[in-house]
Amino acid sequence: MRFAIVRFPGSNCDADCERAVVEGIGHEASYVWHKSTELRAVDAVILPGGFSYGDHLRAGAIARFSPIMPAVIEFARAGGPVVGICNGFQVLCEAHLLPGALIRNRGLRFRHVEVTVRVERTDTVLTAACAPAQRLRLPIAHGEGQFVADDRTLAALEADNRVVFRYVDARGEATDAANPNGSQHNIAGICNEAGNVVGLMPHPERAIASLLGSEDGLVLFRSLELSVAGAVTGSST
Amino acid sequence: MEATIPTQYAVQIRVTPRPGILDPEGETIGRALGVLGYEGVSDVHAGRLITLRLAAEGADAARATAREMCERLIANPIIEDFSVQVEEASAGEAR
Repeated sequence: MRFAIVRFPGSNCDADCERAVVEGIGHEASYVWHKSTELRAVDAVILPGGFSYGDHLRAGAIARFSPIMPAVIEFARAGGPVVGICNGFQVLCEAHLLPGALIRNRGLRFRHVEVTVRVERTDTVLTAACAPAQRLRLPIAHGEGQFVADDRTLAALEADNRVVFRYVDARGEATDAANPNGSQHNIAGICNEAGNVVGLMPHPERAIASLLGSEDGLVLFRSLELSVAGAVTGSST
Repeated sequence: MEATIPTQYAVQIRVTPRPGILDPEGETIGRALGVLGYEGVSDVHAGRLITLRLAAEGADAARATAREMCERLIANPIIEDFSVQVEEASAGEAR
């Protein structure tokens, strides 16, 4: 199984993603430079975190026009698993592969803490191996992670069950106190209609071993593995 | 027929948070002004001003190009509004 990890100038979680794929779930990972125009034969694409193009203008706004993006968009439209983590989520929103936008955190602070998120659905490429309502401890590290969308988009996201992760407290409740950045409806991650494109602000690749404080991120990489295997054998339900 | 010589236009683009979208930066500035003792301050919003020179065949063409730039890159219509001001740049003017 081959994972492509797209590198933009300013990406800084690319190596962590590579480790998560290679050491975490034992698959191949290759870096794809943003100037490439093709992904070649890959089974899944990860847009890693970082500060692509210095976050100038808006986070993800310039990366969206990278030469590699048409290939990523084509891969996504064909049903291939595409995951955007942190800055990668911002890129997916700017590229309109996911709705809404990520703006400055409430309170303007860069937040670097471990949060609890609740898995809201288990039929996406990133959550297929999760238990329903499973809670994961994952780190966040962002200044622009406040998810916003207009009322209609937000209502549609909820109605179509496209919220994949929500910030919750220790009891599993999506309270305001558990919301690290002011995101509407405590949204930490969403997916497209088909569930093959997922964006999230927390960093599962930084939570793949107890030495790192949490290994809860592994189940998300295992989900990707499961989704690709399911698609390959055609046994996906 | 004579070839048209493009004119240089000074373009000012203002990008502001859309009404109804949370504006944490504006809110924080407003709070800080309150701390400094300014009373009666409300509705503080922070946006961005982008200036550029654009060679175009007429002000309308310059405006249309600038608006297209905003829609494609400079503003994110989900969270931001923009306005474009175009005027003929005076010769030798740096900015």
